[in-house]
Formats: sequence, C-alpha cells, structure tokens
Amino acid sequence: MTKELWKGNEAIAEAAVRAGLEAYFGYPITPQTEVLEYLSRRMPELGRAFVQAESELGAVNMVYGAACTGVRVMSSSSSPGVSLMMEGLSYIAGTEVPAVLVNVMRGGPGLGNIAPAQSDYNQAVHGGGHGDYPRIVLAPASVQEAIDLTVLSFDLAEKYRMICMLILDGAIGQMMEPAEMPEMKPVQRKDFDWATNGTMGKRDRRLLTSIYLNPLDEEQTNLRLFNRWKEVQASEVRYKEYFIEDAEIVIVGFGTAGRVALSAVRAAREQGIKVGLLRPITVSPFPTERLDQLTGQARAFLVTEMNTGQMLNDVQLAVRGRVPVEFYGRPGGVVPFPDEILGEIKRIISAPATVDTDARDAWLTRMTQHA
Amino acid sequence: MQKEIIISGFGGQGVLFAGQVVAYAAMDSGKQVTWIPSYGPEMRGGTANCTVVIADHEIGSPLVKNPPFVIALNLPSFDKYEPLMQAGGTLIVNQSMVDHQARRNDIHVLMVPCNEIAEEIGDKKLMNMVSVGALLSGLTEVSLKEVEKALEAHLPARHKHLLPKNYEALKRGFEHAQKEWDKVPA
Amino acid sequence: MTTPNLVYERPEAFTDTPTHYCPGCTHGVAHRLVAEVLEEMNIMDKTIGVAPVGCAVFAYNYFDVDFVEAPHGRAPAMATGIKRVLPDRVVFTYQGDGDLASIGMGEIVHAAARGENLTVIFINNANFGMTGGQMAPTTLPGMKTSSSQNGRDVETQGYPIKVSEMLSTLEGVGYCVRRSLHDPKNIRLAKKAIRMAFESQVRGLGFSMVELLSTCPTNWGMTPVNSLKFIEEHMVPAYPLGDYKVSDAIKQIKI
Repeated sequence: MTKELWKGNEAIAEAAVRAGLEAYFGYPITPQTEVLEYLSRRMPELGRAFVQAESELGAVNMVYGAACTGVRVMSSSSSPGVSLMMEGLSYIAGTEVPAVLVNVMRGGPGLGNIAPAQSDYNQAVHGGGHGDYPRIVLAPASVQEAIDLTVLSFDLAEKYRMICMLILDGAIGQMMEPAEMPEMKPVQRKDFDWATNGTMGKRDRRLLTSIYLNPLDEEQTNLRLFNRWKEVQASEVRYKEYFIEDAEIVIVGFGTAGRVALSAVRAAREQGIKVGLLRPITVSPFPTERLDQLTGQARAFLVTEMNTGQMLNDVQLAVRGRVPVEFYGRPGGVVPFPDEILGEIKRIISAPATVDTDARDAWLTRMTQHA
Repeated sequence: MQKEIIISGFGGQGVLFAGQVVAYAAMDSGKQVTWIPSYGPEMRGGTANCTVVIADHEIGSPLVKNPPFVIALNLPSFDKYEPLMQAGGTLIVNQSMVDHQARRNDIHVLMVPCNEIAEEIGDKKLMNMVSVGALLSGLTEVSLKEVEKALEAHLPARHKHLLPKNYEALKRGFEHAQKEWDKVPA
Repeated sequence: MTTPNLVYERPEAFTDTPTHYCPGCTHGVAHRLVAEVLEEMNIMDKTIGVAPVGCAVFAYNYFDVDFVEAPHGRAPAMATGIKRVLPDRVVFTYQGDGDLASIGMGEIVHAAARGENLTVIFINNANFGMTGGQMAPTTLPGMKTSSSQNGRDVETQGYPIKVSEMLSTLEGVGYCVRRSLHDPKNIRLAKKAIRMAFESQVRGLGFSMVELLSTCPTNWGMTPVNSLKFIEEHMVPAYPLGDYKVSDAIKQIKI
C-alpha cells in the first residue's frame, strides 16, 4: 500500500470501514462533521447502516442497540455532543457491550468554540456518565496514528466488552498527513455468546440490560468490570518516547500538545538541554508504571496540555511527589506554539519548582502575569 | 530539515488546494508533511489559510508562529503575516490585490501579479498556482517538477484537462518570482 | 398434552416469571396480547424486544424472546440501531407515556419520521406509574397526580399530548391506531391492532404503533373496576379510539 494524503476525520471514517464497521450513527457538529459526511456516502455504498440521528442522544442509543447485536458500531462527535452521549455511554458500560466513540474535542465549557482543545480528558478518562465504570481511551497524535488506533479500538472494545473512545482535538481531525490505510477487511460477524440477535430457534433467549436491582448484584458487576480493567491495564498500555534515554527533564503530553512539545524538545536539544518527551497513546489505561520508572531518572516533569491541567493529576499520581511536576497548558481552544514550551523548559532549568509547588497554581500565576 | 509555509487569502482563492498541492509534492518525494487549514465559520466568506510543514523527520507542531514562507493572496493576509514572518523569510505577495509595499526590510518580499498572470493564461482561477510557482523559486526543498507530478497524480479526473494550464501557471509564477529575486536586497 | 376443552393457557411467548404489576393494572393484558401475537405469527425466534424505563422496565423478564433494556425514552433509538443491522428480525418497543411522550418524544418522533420498520406498543395510562404517579404529558386536565396535586392546571402545566394524532401526520408512519383495554370487546380490537402492527413490520411497511389506553389503579387511587370505568368515561373522550393512519398497503393485509 502506498501513502495517501488523508484528512484526520476522513481517515478515521475510512479506517473504521476497513476494520469492519457495520453501522454508524451520528449527528453533525464541528470539527467532527467530516466523519459523518464521509460515512453518509461510504456506508450505503457498501450496504452498511448509516443514520443521521435526531440528536447525539439518539445517535448513542442507536449505537447501544446495534452494539447489543454484536456488530462493529461507532459514533463520533465533538465535546458538546459527547456530553449529550454520556447517558448512553453509561448504559453501554453497564450492559458490557463493545462500542467505539470518537470525540474530536473543541474549546469549552458550554458551546465554547470550535478550535482544537483537550478539555474533555477528565470526562473521557475519569468521568462522563454516571456510575463506576472503566473505559479505554486512545489519544492519537497524527493521522496515521488515528487510523491505526481506530482499527485497534474495535478489537479492544470487543476483547474487553467495553467502550473504547478515541479523543483527538480538532487539529488532528482537520489536518492532512500522508498515511497508509489498512487493507479492507470483510465484515465478519462474530458469534458472541451474549449478543441479542434473535434466537433463530437455536438457543435460549438472551437479555442485555444494565439493571441490577439487588445492590449485591450491582456490586458484583462493578467488581467484574474493574477486574477486567486490571487485564486492560496489564496488557494495553501504549506510549511513545522521544529523546528519553538521557533526559533530565521529561515532558508528558498527548495528542497535539504532545507533538507541539516534540518541536520544543528538538529545539531544546539543539541548545544542549537534556529533555525528552513521553507521549501517552493510551490515556486510559495510563502509562503510570513507565512514569514511575522515569521518576528515578528525571529531576522534573513538565505536563503540557490544551486544558487547565487534567492529565496533570494522573502524572502526579504516578510521580507521587518524588520530583517536581510542573504544568503548562493553553485551554479554551488555543494551540500552544513550540517556543512557549521551550520557554517553560528553560524556566525549569533557571527557576525550578519544588515538590511542594502547586503546579496548577504556579502556572495560573505565570499565565496571569503574562496576560 | 523543516520548512513551514502559510498560504492565506480570501475563501474561493484556492488557498487550501494550493497548500495541498505543495503537501502532495512533498509527500510524493518522500518527505514528511502536514497540512492544516483554518476551519469553521471563518471559512465562510472570510479569510482562509492553511499551514504546510515539510520535514525529513517526524513533524511536531503542525502550526507555526513565525513562518519562514508565506503566500499572501490578498491585502488582509499581507498585513497579518508580514509582521509575523521569520527574519530572512520569503513572502510572496499577490500584487494584484494589495495597494502598498512591504514595511519590513529583513525579509524577502516577492511581488507577483498573480491575477493578471492567471488571466493572461486564460483562467483567473489559476492565480493560486501562479503563487505556488513563485513560492517554489524560494522553497528549494520542493521542485517545480515534483509539484507538476503531484498535480498530475492527484488532480481529480474531471479536472485533468486543465493540467497544461496549471503547469503554465506554475512556470509563469516561478519565472516572475525569479526576476523579483534579482530586485530583492540580500 | 392439552385437554379437549382447554380454553385458556399461558402463551408460549411468555416465560414462567409472574409479573410484578399491581392488581388490576392492564399492563398484564397488553403483555399477553403481544405474546399471543408473537406466538400466532410464529416469529418469537426472530423477535428482539426493547424494554423501556417505567413500570414495564421488567417486560424483558416476561417475554421468552431476546430483549434489551433501553435508557428512559430511548427505546426507539435502540430499536433503530438493532433493526438497521438486522433488518430481517422483528423489533418492537414497549413504552409508557412518560417514556415515550415525555423524555423520549424526540426519539419516537424521529423514528416515526424516518419510517423505521419497527413496532411500538404505547401504553397510555395518564401518569408516571413507576415513580409513584406523577403527572405525565398525557395526564388529563384537572386530573390529580402526585405532582399536580390540585389537578393538572393547563395554564401552568400545559395540555395533554395526543400522540397517535400527532404521529399520524408523519409520512414515515404506516400504521398508527389507538385502542383501549377497558373491556373484552376493546381488548379483542386491541389484539387485532397489535397483530396488524407486527404484520406490517414483517412486510416492511414502515413504522407501526398501537396506543393502548390503560389503567393505573394504584396511582389513580381507584379499584380496578372503577379504573376501567375511568378509561371509558374520561380517557376515551379525551383520547378517541380509532385508526389514525393505515397506509394503503397495510389496508390490503388480510389476517
């Protein structure tokens, strides 16, 4: 296969098709709409299901219904739309059926704007719908990675009977990069022993529900979900490292913030500064163990995000106060430029924080001074 | 090696496609490349711009604060990007749409009457290709030949008959810019 | 073995689970009618039911067919998802008036407008049963509920929504009728309508819905018998029984 120039959103749509997507349900919202538009053409062409739903609420519940039959199904949206889908996600999690959801994040809260942001990290990784449930969250930083992770997301969702979310910001959704598509995979309906697809006279009837009226049953369900999560944590952590070998300062950033940091790291290296980058690819499960190892090597961490410090907390939990963890973020739809992060690297060298410094507080103070 | 190019103009001037042509040429010649547009409401009638980054390593930031290369196809783009340019950078200005000279003297400013050249060729829509030709006079990482091949490979079939005129637009832009280089103070 | 003079038995489409419905509630009747139709049409093997949130939340325990349980009001969306990937299956939702006409109004209207080839059994008992008898969009003007304690005041609490009348205006709807469960004659008519709705789906003739006027003795604070009278005297005048839309193709169906 040769490389083609693919736009992030369309690449995700085509990758899903090639991974055997049988049904897509969505609703228009910028900056994700190209996924919907692309599939409105592509899915019917292949005789597969496509519905532009009446709302994200409708869309996610169509996903829920199709997921119960055991087919590969997905939806995509952007921040405000994903908020609306949280009801369905909780039910999907409680019913333990696989589904894929793509969130092309934009500035918030509220209607916010349509610029690239990473402010739904906590919603995706820690929060979202009601109830206790784990979910897999992948954070591509390039169009190729968006393709590869889209394909992977279906496998992971099915393997663990779990929601697999892709979170990317509008920049990756809108960006074009050379990328290679996987081969078209024929749709293979797996005969899951839980799917409600009609008994067809061959088996006892099945029931899929998220109701466990007896709290002890619900407790067992919660424990089952989190025991399964331990397997995910043990097997599915993915990240990419750059210039990490001799790094004394380690930057942690995902998605676009991660790749902007890469430019800053290169610039700093040219100036002889020993700095490296760890870019989480799975933000849930989080590369906690690797960060724990790096704590022995790094004298400081710098978390860069396009929000007010959400992944920051996960890094702090991994580092556990042993070395300073600093923060630099641009929330609200602002994409940082590399020189801003380079400036932070230099500040850490000249005026390092201590382990007692409140990273977000210190950042807020610096941001206010600069403004 | 890494080069960043911003192409900016009114919606409808072919800004995004001009960037894609450069991106295709870079990709086809084995380089890493990113193309990112401004998107959303600003696409409707206002100014549009895209950033193309070409490198021989994994590209970090797809956006650039101080670009070394800019194509300004209209006056607002000229006024917006001239002050932001990297010192020593190359600014292609569509002379047909501006009413004043550049203010900075630490960048190379190439004035190219893209509209008039395109009209001479017989298709005013080709003004974007004229500007790309002019860009290539300064952006040595991508050759005219590579852009021609990219157009041939990626222009939708229904537009293939326009290839000769596209080539001519590229060449005329390139040649005009070369003459401009002679006037540029070093 | 059946005895020669057997006149009544549990439909095969039912499981052995006794229902949780209150004495005198007509949910049980509605369930039975659906079960009889599934059995008579011999479509149990390929039927997938979608249960609502509300009193019928456990409907899935009673039907011996594949079932899923939807979030409140979203049954038509879930059913859409199922039917679109398994068009040869029979998919039905069973929804109350809080579920369908309040929180799920968006989902039902758009499923109907898209002409989803689904069957909807809509139970109208003029209140939210499961949460303890609050006002529903279908509560009659002046009717007392736990959230309209002086009687529904249309000035501040609005007017009842006539779902069948409303949905019948949509092109995508093939079959849309209102029946009642207050006496044997009407129950027989209701069963016939449910049969038509499923027959319509099996033939791919578009969205079908049967609205059933139903009792809620517990929350209405009435005996079962008085509840049935209440339907006849108050519900039927407000929600006239009849065929609101039967497409020409469906009119041709002979049962």
